[in-house]
Amino acid sequence: MVRFNMILLLVVVICALGVVTSQHRARKLFQDLEGEQERARQLDVEYGQLQLEMSTWATHPRIEQIARDRLHMVSPDARPAAAPVVAKPAVKKGRP
Amino acid sequence: MAVRRRPQRGHRFTESPLLQLALQGWRSRSVALLLMGAFLLLVGRSFYLQVINNDFLQEKGDSRYRRDIEVSASRGKIVDRNGDMLAVSTPMKSIWAIPGDARTMSAAQKQQLAKLLDMSVRELDGKIASEKTFTFVKRQLPPETADRIAALKLPGVHQELEYRRYYPTGDMTAHIVGFTGVDDKGLEGVELAFQQSLLGHPGSRTVIRDRRGNIVEDVGATKPPQDGKDVRLALDSKIQYLAYSNLKAAVEANNAKAGGAIVIDTRSGEILALVNWPTYNPNNRHGLSGAQLRNRALTDTFEPGSVMKPFTAALALDKGKVRFDTIINCAPGHLTIGSATISDAHPHGALTVAQVIQKSSNVGTAKIALGFPPKEMWEMFDSIGFGQAPNLGFPGEVNGRLRPWKNWKPIEQATMSYGHGIAVSLVQLARAYTVFARDGDLMPLSLTRLDDTPVRGINVFSPQTVREVRAMLEMAVQPEGTAPKARVPGYRVGGKTGTAYKVEGGVYARKYVASFVGLAPISEPRLVVAVMIDEPTNGAHYGGDVAGPAFSQIMSGALRTMGIPPDAPVQVAGAGPAKETL
Repeated sequence: MVRFNMILLLVVVICALGVVTSQHRARKLFQDLEGEQERARQLDVEYGQLQLEMSTWATHPRIEQIARDRLHMVSPDARPAAAPVVAKPAVKKGRP
Repeated sequence: MAVRRRPQRGHRFTESPLLQLALQGWRSRSVALLLMGAFLLLVGRSFYLQVINNDFLQEKGDSRYRRDIEVSASRGKIVDRNGDMLAVSTPMKSIWAIPGDARTMSAAQKQQLAKLLDMSVRELDGKIASEKTFTFVKRQLPPETADRIAALKLPGVHQELEYRRYYPTGDMTAHIVGFTGVDDKGLEGVELAFQQSLLGHPGSRTVIRDRRGNIVEDVGATKPPQDGKDVRLALDSKIQYLAYSNLKAAVEANNAKAGGAIVIDTRSGEILALVNWPTYNPNNRHGLSGAQLRNRALTDTFEPGSVMKPFTAALALDKGKVRFDTIINCAPGHLTIGSATISDAHPHGALTVAQVIQKSSNVGTAKIALGFPPKEMWEMFDSIGFGQAPNLGFPGEVNGRLRPWKNWKPIEQATMSYGHGIAVSLVQLARAYTVFARDGDLMPLSLTRLDDTPVRGINVFSPQTVREVRAMLEMAVQPEGTAPKARVPGYRVGGKTGTAYKVEGGVYARKYVASFVGLAPISEPRLVVAVMIDEPTNGAHYGGDVAGPAFSQIMSGALRTMGIPPDAPVQVAGAGPAKETL
């Protein structure tokens, strides 16, 4: 009887220690999770800032200025060019 | 053997009468009782702690390691129809101080802090000299700077997360997007109109922190933060830019006071561009004037002038009073009704109805208008949205002014037919022109992008009437019309000029509002563009000369941006008439 009680006591102690360790491990893991979530938030913030930066660089006035001044581009001549006319005869010839 | 003998050799204490202790029984009992009592005391104490005093102790414990933290939510973005950013929030830190604690900083610490905050030590001293228990030292600092301040570990200096709104497109979209105050509250434009859906709702969670301040466990209920919803406007930032730059150029070229332009997609009623000049930079709102803030296209009304004539003509055609080729005698260029005289800018002889619109004859339009009762005309104006707000949900949109028909005098009816004595906003005008772009339907306008939701307009004119008016509008931009400068190469466009006197203090002043409203491509109108230039003072003041070129630029750019194929007959220079190759 005594021996049985001793075994039970030992089991209880082991279980108690197990609870403590797993609680500790859970907290560690939770901290890691928390850290990763924080990192995700940080990245999200950074993404927002980069998006903002991109749209600031890509504003239309800036694009136009660079296109005109640095790349010497001009607006296309609005008169309809002969472009669409080219394809038609080729298609017709292709048919038997 | 030895083992067996041992008990015999040893004393048997209990049997020896000498060693018999004469202990009274109460002693052992009292020891047992004492122990029992101590044990009971322990049980009692633990009962007291665990059951009776539990709440108090739990609370004390919680206050040491349990924390309620707020999880912040960001305000929704505003993007254009293609997803380009128009307004976006980014986290910022605010530095605040408990002045009493902050005053204990050493001079060197103050120096460091002031340097990071980009302010003088004296300024900083001024901030923390107050007797309050809380003061903002500086708001909306970049997070990096805030981190460096946090690293200094200054006494009494704390920080708080905030969001700052940025507007990458700046002054280009300032009027339509609007702006927010420092506490994320929409103050103008879409920021105000869509405040409810843009606003984020912060969440909260209860956590256990360990000695080092790390969160080790979530306890209790957590409420996830809800970020604000993004708003996708109908605006196309490319077209918006085209409208903005061309309007700005037109206002400057004509030395005008102000201007506005609107581009509408006639298929859905979406507003693709809405600009005003003067404008402002929403990112830096110091020293703003009311004139800059004013969203003229939506909140200002003006007497539109001749741009109203096509509606009068359409009503006359629709009611069968005239045909497009009915001759109207406009000689000698003026018409007296009662005591007032209406005159044309250039006297004309006999004109057809189509020519009246083409050449913008006031006399001709007035004669057509006097052919029907005031009620019919009022109903027409009312049905195309004049005198009622366009229902965009935009703050400050105006109704315009359309007086009840019952007290119209004939002269008023005549002047109203060519756009005087009636006040409209530019957006109402642009919207009204959608009836000519579609088969007589008036479109509801939308600020936000509609994804293939079929939009149904309200029928006002018959398709036949509309086709005839469109032809008249196209004539107006021909060389014989009032606005040859509004033509767009490669496309058939149509439109109407407006040159109206401004009313100042109840009388017409020698100041003008030049406008042009038009649509293209005429074969299947897709866009309505309205341009208004307020008080051009550089010589020209006719709508065709002032607003026409801006219209042409905006329209051609917008048509190209949207990839709408040209519908004008192809003329190949130097190649003779185009031939069908077989």
